[in-house]
Amino acid sequence: MLARLTFMELKLALREIVIPLFVLALPVGLLLGFGFQPGSRHPNADLGGQTGAEYIAAIGAGVSLAVLGLSVLPTALAQYREKGVLRRLATTPVRPAYLLAAQLALYAAAALFTVAVLVVAGDVLFGTPIPKSLPAFLGALVLGIAALFAIGLLVAAVAPTGKAGQTIGMILFFPSLFLGGVYIPRETMPAVLRDIGDYSPLGATLKTMRDAWMGTEPRVTQLAIMAGYAVVAGLAATRLFRWE
Amino acid sequence: MVIEVTNLHKRYGGTVAVDDVSFSVERGEIFGVLGPNGAGKTTTVECVEGLRKPDGGTVSVLGLDPRRDRAELTQRVGVQLQQSELPEKMKVAEALALYGSFYREPADWRRLMDELGLAGKANSRFGRLSGGQKQRVSIALALAGSPEIAILDELTTGLDPQARRDTWQLIEQVRGRGVTIVLVTHFMEEAERLCDRIAVLDSGRVVAVDTPAGLVSRVDPGQRIRFRPSPSLDDRLLKDLPEVHTVTRSGEQLTVTGTDGLLQAVTATLARSNIIAADLRVEQTSLDDAFVALTGRTLDQA
Repeated sequence: MLARLTFMELKLALREIVIPLFVLALPVGLLLGFGFQPGSRHPNADLGGQTGAEYIAAIGAGVSLAVLGLSVLPTALAQYREKGVLRRLATTPVRPAYLLAAQLALYAAAALFTVAVLVVAGDVLFGTPIPKSLPAFLGALVLGIAALFAIGLLVAAVAPTGKAGQTIGMILFFPSLFLGGVYIPRETMPAVLRDIGDYSPLGATLKTMRDAWMGTEPRVTQLAIMAGYAVVAGLAATRLFRWE
Repeated sequence: MVIEVTNLHKRYGGTVAVDDVSFSVERGEIFGVLGPNGAGKTTTVECVEGLRKPDGGTVSVLGLDPRRDRAELTQRVGVQLQQSELPEKMKVAEALALYGSFYREPADWRRLMDELGLAGKANSRFGRLSGGQKQRVSIALALAGSPEIAILDELTTGLDPQARRDTWQLIEQVRGRGVTIVLVTHFMEEAERLCDRIAVLDSGRVVAVDTPAGLVSRVDPGQRIRFRPSPSLDDRLLKDLPEVHTVTRSGEQLTVTGTDGLLQAVTATLARSNIIAADLRVEQTSLDDAFVALTGRTLDQA
């Protein structure tokens, strides 16, 4: 049943052109756009010693996670509640929690798929290696998904309508990108901003992923704060979520 | 009995939504729950559906407790909710196939689409359907699990008169297949036309449970006639007749109510005075009148 619902949600997501566009096409486009620029294969001191291609691949992954967690997820769930889709499900043998689970499974799979495409495309086209500490990379990725999705769930829990979910998501989305070092690399930020950004959900995710990609062990405090976001936002969402 | 509600009580915070509601529904009938907005109709059926927990009283559906036996109940009771939509981009056939897959005994969804006049709409997205078509999909989803009971809430609200009549026909077809139907409505005409029995709710209480004809017969079975007298006449001429109860005037039109024999008495008097009764109409007591008599107000006022 969960597989059927998830497949249905996949079909619906693909029909919303902006979802595949921002979740997959934009990050891959960024990688191609910046990857083909001269010098993108050389380590760059302004990027903490990372190559331009590897840096932009990590940024693309972060954008994809943020779009899914802070925009797609809260909008979809708040809309389902507003339109009575969750309520209708509650009258069938399938509980509305299944639809929530299907959404989370689908978006987590989409995030993993996008990151896999970025890693492989970077490796094949621009010589960015497969992340050197692969377990740490995967750990950072999973914790990052958990943190951002939990925040998205919390937004869906408090947003009264689909539109409100989208708006609150956007209010979180753009500062997150800024603090996460998507607009300008964290290495070129003022120290204060960098310190704040490193402990923001997206910033911590990006930094730990980039560290693992280069073979540096990610900082445990950053991984811990990501887990913290996931647990706190997740618990709050569970308490506050209304099905109708 | 497939549904038995006894002394149901439900409040939200300090507001009593359902005060004391009891009724029972027999297998195979179309049972109406009629009342003005805020009478507690939806809350009552939501307790029957297991969506809400009653604060008092008992509800039994097919011998099951709607809260405790939800898994079994949802298999056997189909529900059409007031104001519930599907994702805009879901196609009609996809929705029916998906919802059918939730059930132990799914209805043949292709046949269901044919019966509901949706065959040409299989590949249409829900968001592109008209109000009437959306309502048909909604009914189809309520029937997706071959239910024994279908509960339909405000089925025709927002539909144009033609779509409303089509939907009524559909409901009769569904009952024809042996499905017991509970119909929540605030349309008098709908209740009168479709229902075998009606529970009239007002302010969280059942004021009567009866057939439409039975409800009407509870009201004073007197007569009511309307006409435009020409030339105009003195009201007292009619008021003095023993058959007449009231005479009310609205512009040139007179409305006279009274006992049996009213028509003969009034027309004889008018003839004697050489007064012509233009546009003469005799009105039967309707369910509307019954509602007013039972609740002290009209549905529209409520």
